Amino acid sequence: MTRALPGIDDENAYFWRSGGSGRLQIMRCGNCRLWLHPPGPVCRRCRSRALAPEPVSGNASVSRFTVNHQQWRPDLDVPFVIASVELDEQPGLFVTTNIVDCEPGDVHRGMRVTVRFEPMDDVWLPLFTPDVKEHEA
Amino acid sequence: MTRIIGERLAVFSGIGKSEVGRRTGRRVLDLTVDAALAAVADAGLEVADIDGLSTYPGGSPSGASLQDTLGLEVDWHNGGGEGPAQLGAVVNACMAVATGLARHVLVFHAMSAAESAGGLGGRGGGGRVGGEMQWMVPFNATSPANWHALEAQWHFDRYGTTREQMAWVAITQRAHAGLNPAAVYRDPMTLDDYLAARMISTPLCLFDCDVPVDGATAFVVSNADYGPDAPRLCPHVHALGTARHERPLWDQWEHSAGGTNDAAAMLWRRADVGPSDVDVALLYDGFSFMAMTWLEALGFCDVGESGAFVEGGKRIALGGDLPMNTDGGQLSAGRLHGFGHVHEAVEQLRGTCGERQVNDADVAVVSNGGGHISGCMLLTRSA
Repeated sequence: MTRALPGIDDENAYFWRSGGSGRLQIMRCGNCRLWLHPPGPVCRRCRSRALAPEPVSGNASVSRFTVNHQQWRPDLDVPFVIASVELDEQPGLFVTTNIVDCEPGDVHRGMRVTVRFEPMDDVWLPLFTPDVKEHEA
Repeated sequence: MTRIIGERLAVFSGIGKSEVGRRTGRRVLDLTVDAALAAVADAGLEVADIDGLSTYPGGSPSGASLQDTLGLEVDWHNGGGEGPAQLGAVVNACMAVATGLARHVLVFHAMSAAESAGGLGGRGGGGRVGGEMQWMVPFNATSPANWHALEAQWHFDRYGTTREQMAWVAITQRAHAGLNPAAVYRDPMTLDDYLAARMISTPLCLFDCDVPVDGATAFVVSNADYGPDAPRLCPHVHALGTARHERPLWDQWEHSAGGTNDAAAMLWRRADVGPSDVDVALLYDGFSFMAMTWLEALGFCDVGESGAFVEGGKRIALGGDLPMNTDGGQLSAGRLHGFGHVHEAVEQLRGTCGERQVNDADVAVVSNGGGHISGCMLLTRSA
């Protein structure tokens, strides 16, 4: 699928290139331990500047989703699923993504998903796929 | 501490609207001039009486452009896209007349269907995305339709809301549009028509999305002491709701409907009336679901109950408990971006709506935007 990619800089490279190490990285406050997404220069709870990216499990639940059918651009393949997934590490830690490797109609609220990186140019897009363990269980 | 409700020093002395159409072939500045001159004349003023200028979001056309075009000399001017949605331009005008920075503020907003069509969805290819959009656009969550669809689906999942319920926002407003000669789409819509429409981003179909149009709207917001001298009835600004406590990011809301609830709660804190006193509701409907979130936020129904509230259309239709978007709203009358809702509220309180007039309309509520970009206002027929 064609995508407009993020411009990579010192502030966001940890996230967009975390696929290079195979582990999704999220910014975290070293003082109060709050996970922060999107990141900022200080913790939005305690205003500490002691922030650093840390790896997360990559496991999440689908919170909000939509199946996009509209072809907004000629080079857009439809339908596809846009979702806001809630990472297991913290309630309300949402990441917008695409749910892939399943039928769009099978996606549902609460669905267990896990990260799967898709390299494009200098970016690893964190997409999410149905959790195989859940399906085998 | 003294409680100040300064917006009560403001009235709407004049309103104006250009022609509105899917493709007018006219420039936005040209349309804006039509709306502005109509509003000034409606207020019983001369162009030279205008001493303030306010616009949203700025630049399309700019306040400077309109000022120079009309030869205005203003004591105060303002324009920008940040604030309590499109209503920000009105809120700032109220503050200007309340502080005495200006006496008669010309407020305007113009729309171009051609410019609307591109939007974020036009991005692609080699361009890189920065700022807050970088967290959504790489996943092709490029359209506001997608962002609001995420929230609508969440409501469906959590409360059992259905498309068969949501449909009645579009169906009812289309019926209202049939009574509004200026509306863009006026042919009746049935539930079958709605359910057969193509899907845009589940659960939102084509008829849940507003209609891009060319058109401009303008108002004159004046100091309330002008009211008795004005040739026409001047609805009073009774209260404004501008709060935003929610995280201001489309994909990081901690509460359902984002800041819509914050703005609505603030509105009632500043008001001497309550939801049961409202005679007509002009609720932002860039997408049908947005009007439903406003119904809940403003307390016309319980949270999660807006689907049942609109189902069948009786409550929100003319003659119902809460006539909503009586001009057809943006879904059928065209996307005047919140300014159409203000225009209709003034017309309803003046009693000039003809076939679509709400009987004895004394209190109107207007909302603009949704989520963390929300603003709302109560207008009353008398002070």
